[in-house]
Amino acid sequence: MSAHSIDIHRVAKLARLELSDDEATHYAAQLHRVLDHMDTLAKLDLSGVEPTSHALPVYDVVRPDEARPGFSQAQALSNAPKSVLDQFQIPKVIE
Amino acid sequence: MSLTSLSLTELRQKLTTKEISAADLVRDVASAIEARNPVLGAYLTWDLDAALKEAETADVTQPLGGLPIAIKDNINVEGQPCTCGSKILAENYTAPYTATAIQNLRQAGAIPFGRLNMDEFAMGSSTENSALGVTRNPAALDRIPGGSSGGSASSVAGGIALAALGSDTGGSIRQPAALCGCVGMKPTYGRVSRFGLIAFASSLDQIGPITRSVADAALLTNHLCGFDPRDSTSLKESVPDFTAVLGRDIKGLRIGLPKEYFIDGLHPDVEASVRKGIAKLEALGAHIEEISLPHTEAGVATYYVLAPAEASANLARFDGVRYGHRSASANDLMEHYLKSRSEGFGPEVKRRILLGTYVLSSGYYDAYYLQAQKARTLIRDDFTKAFEKVDVIVSPTSPTPAHKLGELIGDPLQAYLEDVFTIPANLAGLPAISVPCGTIAHEGANLPVGLQFITKALDEATLFQAAHAFEVG
Repeated sequence: MSAHSIDIHRVAKLARLELSDDEATHYAAQLHRVLDHMDTLAKLDLSGVEPTSHALPVYDVVRPDEARPGFSQAQALSNAPKSVLDQFQIPKVIE
Repeated sequence: MSLTSLSLTELRQKLTTKEISAADLVRDVASAIEARNPVLGAYLTWDLDAALKEAETADVTQPLGGLPIAIKDNINVEGQPCTCGSKILAENYTAPYTATAIQNLRQAGAIPFGRLNMDEFAMGSSTENSALGVTRNPAALDRIPGGSSGGSASSVAGGIALAALGSDTGGSIRQPAALCGCVGMKPTYGRVSRFGLIAFASSLDQIGPITRSVADAALLTNHLCGFDPRDSTSLKESVPDFTAVLGRDIKGLRIGLPKEYFIDGLHPDVEASVRKGIAKLEALGAHIEEISLPHTEAGVATYYVLAPAEASANLARFDGVRYGHRSASANDLMEHYLKSRSEGFGPEVKRRILLGTYVLSSGYYDAYYLQAQKARTLIRDDFTKAFEKVDVIVSPTSPTPAHKLGELIGDPLQAYLEDVFTIPANLAGLPAISVPCGTIAHEGANLPVGLQFITKALDEATLFQAAHAFEVG
């Protein structure tokens, strides 16, 4: 029995995934096993250790705020599953 | 004899002396694909006409002039598909731009030809997570080619690509190269631009070559690396000629064997092969010593917190609006997101998005994500200390030979644990290469074993020197 309890439906909603009840049970069991393994991290002495987000020193990279060539409207829309009036089309959000 | 059995250097010779043309070579590779791909399943698509058109104008005096190179299906080439092995990009997506790595290869004269199968969004170590087909190991057709760059390794080892590009987030170049019996190299993080590589875990992803020899890998790496202002993690470092070190001996080179890599889970025959390889390095004059990377065991847990966390953010872009699969049955915007994503993503991708979302969610961030980032520091420090004593670290690439297709499906944790030897180099951003190290007789098949070499950041020259000496020695 896992020490973890995931509210799988809440996590799925945050992730914008729709799970059937069977899928939810299945994924929750698998994730519990994986999280049990991750408890190895809790055993490490991490006091005073700085977190690493990038392995090599990469600092904020800036560039001049100047227009550069980019996609044309047609290129940007070329893969859109639905477009109308040269815009991406989405389901209605305002009644 | 098919041209596809020759090295890039040999083919360069034939091209420059006009014994063959670039178009001959492209046609030869295409015939090999047509003959063998129905069995191997390495390629998803290939556009012969487009490649022949590039071959017409190929400048064979360039360093890679006229050489067709196969591409993992997560690297954008304008006008070609780029599915990431996923249903979500198999429809409504044709690359509208070209990755910098591809531009660099083209600049050197190469022709990107063919799109290679992979685990969906590079998540997996067997290519079984592709939604678009099965890829087989040329050494044993009932076995996995490894992954996630399984199509790349299968095509190169199977003689239907001269060389290929892969991407490596936790071992996805080195492990399939090891299991199929070819060379796979991951450069230092930041060496090769990630612009145009569809992101899995941005702080770990790196493009690199899969080839049949170390010399071919060095040649390709020369033309993949370089600073790119379009990738904010790209390193402003000069790129030496990596082929210049090939042939140099390794007398006196200090090689460390991390004791934490020779563990219970290591298959005894794999260990025997690797020990034999180490004896060869010693016979070539290298100085071998045992070292310790004490936080190795935490690597898998660290990686499987950080990589899914980054993936859950990166894959949020697949919303069914701008590109990719869009559900036909949604009634409102929320349903549109839920259904488009749930219909488009496969099980392993869903699993990792869920895991990543969980470890980043309120109340769990400190316990998992921050903890893993700190563990990453310890793992990186292990290497820094080790490289004060040795020049190169050598280990097995994978603890086991290639599994049978289907063997590990349904046991994600076991599959994750097998990445134990390749993950640390990604977490520490180090260059690493897998080189063939013999085969083992296993359940009636002769299965390849890989030997992994790791060096400190930006020291690919020493990596190629050691790997090449081992390969030819």
